[in-house]
Amino acid sequence: MVAPVLIFAIGNESRGDDALGPMLLRELEARLNSGAWESKLRPVEQFELMEDFQLQIEHVMDMQDRRLVLFIDAGMDTPTPYAFYRAQISKEALLYSHALPPEALLKVYEQFYRQPAPDVYVLCIRGERFKLGESPSPPAETHLVSALEFSGQLLLDAEATAWDRLCTQKSPVTSIRSAHETSNIVR
Amino acid sequence: MSLSLETAANPENLRRVAIDPVSRVEGHGKVTILLDDKNRVHQVRLHIVEFRGFEKFIQGRPYWEVPVMVQRLCGICPVSHHLAASKALDAIVGAKQLTSTAEKMRRLMHYGQILQSHALHFFHLCSPDLLFGFDSEVSKRNIVGVAEKYPETARRGILLRKFGQEVIRHTAGKRIHGTGAVPGGVNKSLSIAERDDLLKDIYQMVAWSREAVHMVKELHHKNPELYNSFGAFRANYMSMVGFDGSLDLYHGRLRARDENGDILFDGVDYRNYTQLIEEEVKNWSYMKFPYLKSLGKEKGWYRVGPMSRVQNCDFISTPLAEIERREFMAYSGVMPMHAPLGYHWTRMIEMLHAAEMIKDLLHDDDITGSELMASGERGFEGVGVIEAPRGTLIHHYRVDENDLITMCNLIVSTTHNNQAMNEAVRRVAQQYLHGHEVTEGLLNHIEVAVRAFDPCLSCATHALGKMPLEVEVLNEAGERLSFLSRRGDGVLG
Repeated sequence: MVAPVLIFAIGNESRGDDALGPMLLRELEARLNSGAWESKLRPVEQFELMEDFQLQIEHVMDMQDRRLVLFIDAGMDTPTPYAFYRAQISKEALLYSHALPPEALLKVYEQFYRQPAPDVYVLCIRGERFKLGESPSPPAETHLVSALEFSGQLLLDAEATAWDRLCTQKSPVTSIRSAHETSNIVR
Repeated sequence: MSLSLETAANPENLRRVAIDPVSRVEGHGKVTILLDDKNRVHQVRLHIVEFRGFEKFIQGRPYWEVPVMVQRLCGICPVSHHLAASKALDAIVGAKQLTSTAEKMRRLMHYGQILQSHALHFFHLCSPDLLFGFDSEVSKRNIVGVAEKYPETARRGILLRKFGQEVIRHTAGKRIHGTGAVPGGVNKSLSIAERDDLLKDIYQMVAWSREAVHMVKELHHKNPELYNSFGAFRANYMSMVGFDGSLDLYHGRLRARDENGDILFDGVDYRNYTQLIEEEVKNWSYMKFPYLKSLGKEKGWYRVGPMSRVQNCDFISTPLAEIERREFMAYSGVMPMHAPLGYHWTRMIEMLHAAEMIKDLLHDDDITGSELMASGERGFEGVGVIEAPRGTLIHHYRVDENDLITMCNLIVSTTHNNQAMNEAVRRVAQQYLHGHEVTEGLLNHIEVAVRAFDPCLSCATHALGKMPLEVEVLNEAGERLSFLSRRGDGVLG
């Protein structure tokens, strides 16, 4: 039995602000494990936390049987301090390289399993610099604090209807995809 | 072998066409083409547009951190860097001979990486071109189109990829940031449960890999005119081969052949690579151009990767892959295969070999053994070479008495192939663009040639922006005559 909610961070901790996703994941993991949020949250067992450098086709298998999936990433063109939106299956053909944006993963999921994908959301934290060997930028660390606070709200009420209310924008597939491509390129 | 079309005689009088970025390759590459007023090709260059900085990233770090941190150089093949670094640093801890369990665990991890990387490239990055045609409808020429028309092909690609990742997880300890290989050995062996978990699927993976070889072989047989000539250029080729002359992707000696398949050197200890290879810097590219010192800059460049390895070895140790190798060699005839599309066929032969090797290793009791580490006299310099999915990968370190890295030199597969990829796009430009109006389909021919090498530009470089495909034709005064663009979603604008 898999946990109904998958929280999946994308990023490379050695490439400056590309580390934002994994950093947020560690914070969430620490809070969930410490019991700090226990009284407010439903059982922590409902969450599974994963991470990878980038999304690829096989990650559809991690999405199977989930109720909700949250991808956490960093983006260059993201509004400050973060954007939160429901990922929509792209109706267009997607050009991609060795990495996939969540919108393409949704499409691959439906074709692989021949059934609708779970509800997928993206929390994209604004980053400023992505060079190899750089530490996260001061502005990005501020964005991370805001995103962590926001994540607490998401985990408090991990239901699609509640997350829909918290969306900061609609899924701007093209611009969001560019943000993902940008963050992927620097890996 | 020629370097013609690298630099036009009078570039100021020519139109410039740019393919930026090259899609379905990792990282950021750009192709520029200079045409005259009759669309005749005068200059073609594959540019790597950003500076690489991983040597600086590693210098000053304790050596024992390196096998883990080098995985962050590249999200595409972190395991290759992990293993090459570990091999290099074996010399620092004086481990001249690994334990049997350690070497087999590393090999298992490596074959898992080869399997998942080759599966992704063939099934999901190149199959759209090969199954639909290079200038087919752009909205279908992608993995979504493949999944709609060939759902089983797309499904197998995902499952092969997932299996390879599971091999990596069980051998490296984690899905990413694995710590399986350490200087001197490994820090874990397979548990019985892990071994059995992989065993239950491996026979299916071998079968699917074999069918994948047959699939690409059939493409060659159906259209030999295209597959034998597309972007073909003659070149030297180099790879590591096993001590017995077999295809060995983990350990061995360096061997190179010339364009006729004759041996240039053989049995060379890879620790002496600096005596063989020099890297040239060209003012129009940030990526270096390696060449064999003995032949010089103009004649010494070479290819690496699956097509080099399969033609360079004497045999493959696993039976099914060996049958396929022989058939490939027979198809090629007396002379080596030089056409870039041959990479796809040989890549699938290697995938089959990797699957067979995984099967054999899972049946080897050493894989669950407990002797994990070896050590010896402390050293201060180490070179590690493996045959990564894309080709020969060299890691070279010097370490001081405080255990800190003082020198690091990495030559990644894509850098070895830099000149070869340039030659391939020049041939394709000559074959298909010369004298014709530029269309998206024609430009995709250029990209197909680059993709055949499976370049990993993020490993060799990195970039902060990725533009849609843009083609701009300018007149001699620099005024735009025509413009073609492809958005990130593949739609022409």
